Amino acid sequence: MGKWIGRIVALAYLMLLLIVPVGIVFFRTFRHGFSPFWDAITTTQAEHAFRVTLEVAIFAVIGNTVFGLIAAMLLARHRFPGRAALNALIDLPLAVSPVVVGLALILVYGRFEPIGRFLDNHGIKVIFSLPGMVLATIFVSLPLLARELVPVLEEIGIEQEQAAWTLGASGLQTFRRITLPAIRWALAYGVVLTLARALGEFGAVAVVSGGLVGKTQTLTLYVQQEFQNFDPIGAYAASFVLAVIAIVVLIIINVLRPKEHS
Amino acid sequence: MTQVEAAPIAYRPTRPPGRSVRRSPSGFGLGVGFVTIYLSLIVLIPLGAVVARSNSQGLSGLWHQITQPDALSSLRLTVAVSALVSVVNAFMGTLIAWTLVRDRFPGQRVIDALIDLPFALPTIVAGLVLLALYGPTSAIHLRLAYTRPAVVIALLFVTLPFVVRSVQPVLMELDQEMEEAAKSLGAGSFTTFRRVVLPNLIPAILAGTALSFARAISEFGSTVLISGNIPNKTEVAAVHIYSQIQSDNVSGAAALSTLLLLIALVVLAAFTFIQRWAIRRG
Amino acid sequence: MGISVRGVTKRFGEFVALDDVSLDIPSGALTALLGPSGGGKSTLLRIIAGLESPDSGVVEIAGTDATTLPPQRRNVGFVFQHYAAFKHMTVFKNVAFGLEIRKRPKDEVRKKVKELLELVHIEKFADRLPSELSGGQRQRMALARALAVEPEVLLLDEPFGALDAQVRKELRAWLRRLHDEVHVTTVFVTHDQEEAMEVADTIAIISAGRLEQVGTPDDLYDHPANDFVMTFLGPVTTLSGDLVRPHDLELRAVPDAETTEATVVRVMRLGFEVRVELVCAGQDLWAQTTRENADRLDLQAGRTVHVARTTSATGAPDPQPQGAGTQTAR
Repeated sequence: MGKWIGRIVALAYLMLLLIVPVGIVFFRTFRHGFSPFWDAITTTQAEHAFRVTLEVAIFAVIGNTVFGLIAAMLLARHRFPGRAALNALIDLPLAVSPVVVGLALILVYGRFEPIGRFLDNHGIKVIFSLPGMVLATIFVSLPLLARELVPVLEEIGIEQEQAAWTLGASGLQTFRRITLPAIRWALAYGVVLTLARALGEFGAVAVVSGGLVGKTQTLTLYVQQEFQNFDPIGAYAASFVLAVIAIVVLIIINVLRPKEHS
Repeated sequence: MTQVEAAPIAYRPTRPPGRSVRRSPSGFGLGVGFVTIYLSLIVLIPLGAVVARSNSQGLSGLWHQITQPDALSSLRLTVAVSALVSVVNAFMGTLIAWTLVRDRFPGQRVIDALIDLPFALPTIVAGLVLLALYGPTSAIHLRLAYTRPAVVIALLFVTLPFVVRSVQPVLMELDQEMEEAAKSLGAGSFTTFRRVVLPNLIPAILAGTALSFARAISEFGSTVLISGNIPNKTEVAAVHIYSQIQSDNVSGAAALSTLLLLIALVVLAAFTFIQRWAIRRG
Repeated sequence: MGISVRGVTKRFGEFVALDDVSLDIPSGALTALLGPSGGGKSTLLRIIAGLESPDSGVVEIAGTDATTLPPQRRNVGFVFQHYAAFKHMTVFKNVAFGLEIRKRPKDEVRKKVKELLELVHIEKFADRLPSELSGGQRQRMALARALAVEPEVLLLDEPFGALDAQVRKELRAWLRRLHDEVHVTTVFVTHDQEEAMEVADTIAIISAGRLEQVGTPDDLYDHPANDFVMTFLGPVTTLSGDLVRPHDLELRAVPDAETTEATVVRVMRLGFEVRVELVCAGQDLWAQTTRENADRLDLQAGRTVHVARTTSATGAPDPQPQGAGTQTAR
């Protein structure tokens, strides 16, 4: 009896909070058939938003993959002064509100701040432009990859790498031929997580991009704008695309996850 | 068996080629340098600038900014709603984790995978999704949009996975013989849960609750659409900071940001403390 | 000289892992570093390999100062206790790794790996992954991998420690034979005195970061430098305050000038061997004797016997001299 109550309460909660709302968005996206949906996501503005989102996400994933690999190797393979600080600082971005991230970047790279003015004088526009959006996206997704890699690196241990050294492999050869193949699934998992976060970032990008239509508007900003312009089909269609990406990510994660422990 | 003369393989030690194979320090130094610069330029200097800006007119200036009626009201709402959401998560998260680990029903694997959806779904989409059920065009005529309960629902949505995902693995590892032992000693189901299972779950529940609180106080995207951002009523702290930036009150935004940062750091410190405590308890 | 270690000291924080250790290991010999866990023997092996660097002291390999050389340049073969198999590579690829790093021609690599896999009797498993091998096979693969690059010295860190007793015994005999075929200077670390005695030409005993004694297995057993070495290498008991091996105690019916009176507490018959627990002047001791002796003396609890050391009995000299200088094997 108690078991049934528990099951019903848990499932009803998930239904009301998660499953039904997502289902309704899917339903409404296609309520009038496929062509309104297709028209909505193929407008010039929507297509541009797709492109900007993808560009920002790719730069952010590249940056954070390089950073995540190096930081994870440092944390898992070296003991050095400042290691504890690095370990704590990597998690810091998770505790910062996306809006605060945006504000923080404006206060350094904005046109009225010393660094921002210096860059602006040299023709580099950061805020209200792609570099700022990339920085914001990097900020919010910074820990994801390193946090996936560190435990896996610790688990596989250093002995295989040491064996490679004694066999004459240099640090770089050892990394490429021994370490990288051993962490490939965790790396893939981390890249997928970072990419998902990057594609879906809203708050931080909203602050630094200015949301200039046709210039710095990402897909999430497009959703907001369409909704506030009382064009729900545009908002629903773009949301549907983002939700499908999220679900694909979930599926990939569920496929990759068991392999970590094999 | 000793065949001293007949070595089966030609054995002639040679030095490896004289390539410059140096020990790691050079790579190590480069790595530390890169990580330091990357973190500084993207995270540390910008966050430092926020704290510096909030203090540009001294602590009294900071105090003045966060005690503005709108700011204070958004802060009160955020903390209160986050606390409420965390408590609900502690209960519902544990119940859902229990259902996923101990119960068996068709579709369980799909439900299990869906728990992570709020993490994968962009926050603005989360807001839109909730509006579909609880907004003006609600399918079930449940019009919560632009009210405080709507803020609660948005935050419940985005923080759903924290407690579930922190309790689930502990529950899976938990030795069921312990429960059987309790039952053999005459304890009923509820007593067994309360006195045997729950104490083992407490650290995981607290850790998940701390994380969901930290997430809730800093949440922005999911509340933007559904809360209506009515100052003094449904405007949460992050949205208030956003509107201050939009209206060029950067000092006000920085002041509230610093306070949010501070709260988040305290909660994360608590989280770390809980984890260490859990490890010590084994 | 194969390997020469001079004045090596290594600290991990406050803990002194090695304290001014000097040791010469002759070329072509099979040497055991023997001692209790945590005594510093693995650290010494890792310093020779370049996997740790000493705080002070010098390591020479084949006449070259290797102290500051990275592991890549030392040309050592290292075999880890838990194999350190490259999990994502086949057995063949594992063994070929060092040769491929050295950019040897493909044909040469294939021929060499085949030879080595035959040498260690795992040629059938060349295309398997390490996870498909047993522990003993994995360890032999690790050995072939280390030998492939024809190292100046072969270093094995508790090579059989993770294997079960039966496989361990087989691999010991096999390592001894292998060494007789491939005369590479070999050093292996073990905490098992029986393993060291059975396999090694020379044993270096290391305890609490210090080198206690170096010598052949017989040397060490018959002439231990101190009580520690004596205790570590075999069973001991105490007679009149002196350490003595239980099989060096003779039990007699009649007292004389050399004997001490003792009372039998318990007699245990373990097949051929008979173990006798005694009390002598309020002190517990035990003696090993034969079934024949026990019957002749009619040993049983409560009986008085007279204990003497046999003439060939070994014991540690006292006071114990601590050799700080270089000790050379043989």
